[in-house]
Amino acid sequence: MGLTGAATLAAFLLLFGIAWKILDLSRPAISRYGFGFITHQGWDTVHRQFGALDLIWGTAITSFLALLVAAPVSIAIGLYLSELAPRGFRLIIGTLVELLAAIPSVVLGLWGILVLGPFVGAHIEPWLQRHLGFIPLFSGSPQNVGILIAVLVLTIMIVPICSSICRELFLSVPSELEEGAMALGATRWEMVRGVVLPYTRSGVSAALILGLGRAVGEAIAVSMVIGAGFGIHWSLFATGDTLASKIANQYQSADTDILRSSLVYLAGILLIISLLVNLAAQVIVRRFSYQRVGGT
Amino acid sequence: MATEAARFTLSPSRRTRRRKLVNFAMQGLATLAALSAVAVLALVIVSVAQRGAKALNWDFFTKTAATFGESGGGVANALVGSLVLVALATAIALPVGVLIALYVSEFAPPRIADLARLVLDVLNGLPSIIIGVFVYGLLVVGSGQAAWKGSFALAIIMLPLVARATQEVLALVPPTLREGALALGASRWRTVLGVVLPTSVGGILTGTVLAVARAAGETAPLLFTTSIVANTVTWDPRQPMLSIPLSIFQLSESPDPADHARAWALALVLLSFILVASLTARTLLARSRRKLER
Amino acid sequence: MRTVAPIEIAQPHEASLSASDREAVFETRGLTVSYGKAPAVSNVDLSIYRNLVTAIIGPSGCGKSTFLRSLNRMNDLVPSAKVEGEVLYHGQNIYGDGVDPVEVRRRIGMVFQKPNPFPKSIYDNVAWGLRVLGMKDDLDGRVERALTQAALWDEVKDRLKKGAFGLSGGQQQRLCLARAIAVEPDVVLLDEPASALDPIATSKIEDLMHELKNDYTLVIVTHNMQQAARVADLTAFFTLERTEQGGHGVLVEYGETPKIFTQPADRRTEGYVTGRFG
Repeated sequence: MGLTGAATLAAFLLLFGIAWKILDLSRPAISRYGFGFITHQGWDTVHRQFGALDLIWGTAITSFLALLVAAPVSIAIGLYLSELAPRGFRLIIGTLVELLAAIPSVVLGLWGILVLGPFVGAHIEPWLQRHLGFIPLFSGSPQNVGILIAVLVLTIMIVPICSSICRELFLSVPSELEEGAMALGATRWEMVRGVVLPYTRSGVSAALILGLGRAVGEAIAVSMVIGAGFGIHWSLFATGDTLASKIANQYQSADTDILRSSLVYLAGILLIISLLVNLAAQVIVRRFSYQRVGGT
Repeated sequence: MATEAARFTLSPSRRTRRRKLVNFAMQGLATLAALSAVAVLALVIVSVAQRGAKALNWDFFTKTAATFGESGGGVANALVGSLVLVALATAIALPVGVLIALYVSEFAPPRIADLARLVLDVLNGLPSIIIGVFVYGLLVVGSGQAAWKGSFALAIIMLPLVARATQEVLALVPPTLREGALALGASRWRTVLGVVLPTSVGGILTGTVLAVARAAGETAPLLFTTSIVANTVTWDPRQPMLSIPLSIFQLSESPDPADHARAWALALVLLSFILVASLTARTLLARSRRKLER
Repeated sequence: MRTVAPIEIAQPHEASLSASDREAVFETRGLTVSYGKAPAVSNVDLSIYRNLVTAIIGPSGCGKSTFLRSLNRMNDLVPSAKVEGEVLYHGQNIYGDGVDPVEVRRRIGMVFQKPNPFPKSIYDNVAWGLRVLGMKDDLDGRVERALTQAALWDEVKDRLKKGAFGLSGGQQQRLCLARAIAVEPDVVLLDEPASALDPIATSKIEDLMHELKNDYTLVIVTHNMQQAARVADLTAFFTLERTEQGGHGVLVEYGETPKIFTQPADRRTEGYVTGRFG
């Protein structure tokens, strides 16, 4: 009993230790730049002027765009695996989608930089620029690296997680509710839209937020394909950087204490964002359980 | 009577035909989404297999990287490194994870169990690069990199996975089994050691395999803890060691296409290991679950 | 021993129930439903007549619900279900080519054993079907009429926007009834609608059926013989016929309710209604 309790205590201490250590290491940077760090643009190693804004923007835009694409795809796959696929296919395709989640981020990054990137840069981005170039998102010159490719890679990472959870949620809808809708003469899709999706609304939101958390924290794959660019641009073809990928890129070559400390400051911001996202997902799940038992 | 018959006709009206069309279109989109995911999986696997197979040879597995300017060489140090790093991490994470799961399932008061589960979930959701920075700050600053420090970071990542898998399989153990042992006069601990754990071994094993598959592919935690290495094969955990994912990461940054080829080959080795491990774990999990539910 | 059409008997309290007066809404011919290899209900020839309440009674496991569900193609939702024979709805085989289950279910509604309102407001529960089927004109009026016909309007009219889960079991079941009749079906099938309800709620449902049969044709499956005697004009008795594979349901006897209960023609019917078996 003591041994197991001690192990659990160690886990608690670990979590607090992580937060504490990050705070500790970033103290020099916090005392030097204060909270203005968060709103300062630019990362000048020569003049020792560091700011997180570019990176917060990079994290936000890559993660949210990836979620935007991944959400309908994940929900569609979840529906396919729970409602639509012929029985025999469900296990096979379900397993294949889950295997997609098992691909290590470095392998996906390698594929991204050597296969996907060149393809997108040579074919997709020029096409987008030709036909939709008037939209600022698709302006600028096509490249083999950049935000668009990072978004695609992140989408590939988010979809398996979210679709697995969605599938479980859709399977949990009581069959009598589905029968009640079908008995009225609804088509399968109408039943899904009217019963399954509303019933699982909170769970699906939590799943998507978990996917967002995954995207926010991804360092390796993103750093390999995003091109380590500077500044805030509107074009998706531009290179950029996120909080996580910046840390991955620069940490090893960080030669000054203030640079290292600033990078840990970035880690601290990333930690806070990640915890908030996680917390949001937990809150939704708990409110969801309450809703089911109690009120409307 | 004729209008009545028309009222009861069962062939689809125009409105119904439109609704059925929408239904069909939606089903098509869902199928398309699922097939796209499978297609991406296939694309990645095929790319890795095709490009990786080309660089696989005996040297690849037995030599370390060639000195600058020479051709040839291999990734032996990365292969050994991954083995040691993951083995050491498992040695840490497995017992601690099982202990935590036992506490949460068997001994903890409900509120603390809930809190512990929350802590594990949060740990699981932490970006692995943050874990890397943490271990760097805790262990590396001032004393240098070492493989065991990298293993420590990997263990933190594996911990929630092992704990959760163990919890799930412990929950499947029928309460009658526990009650039977307790009724015979066995202490809590003896019940756990003698009855509960043995029935759960299968589930714990598969959870560990999944955690190993995850740890084998992690790069970020090792970036700051065990990445500056000499170009030799070493088995000493006090030295920094290269791992397969880290090697892929570094090779991908090089402009040399021979390095890229080696990266693909490493990716092939890594991916094969992970896919085989994942599939094995999944089948074992399904089997042990069926056994316990009987 | 099977009777196919009710025998003409002069009834002092009911209008004539003879087949020649009534249109057959349903006529099943050789209906056999199997799940996988084993038939659940076998070779049923039965006609359901307009604006009457027809009860299906029999011991558990004799395929009553399976038979009922085959009337609105709800068995289609079970992948292993197989249907042989014909189910003629106003002369059209509902399992024929070119017949869409969606159209079938629009005309033949169903109320289930366990009340299953949607996780929506009371209003939306009734309105959902109307919206999906395109009956959106005068939505408020349609909802009110359906709830009134289900004897629920007065109890819920001040809380239409509240969730359906706040209602009692009996109220939820009446809501499910309102939902079904809102889309103006021809037939309403009821699968043991009161078995999950307390006696007061049960009697409310039974009273409703006397009203509803003026506008709809009702088929009710019930394990409660007294209930069948109270509400049904015609009663069909099914029983389990044992074979090496297990057993399957067959139609034994079908006729006017008083006769089935007082002068059953078949020994098996007599055994069941007198409580000797089943």
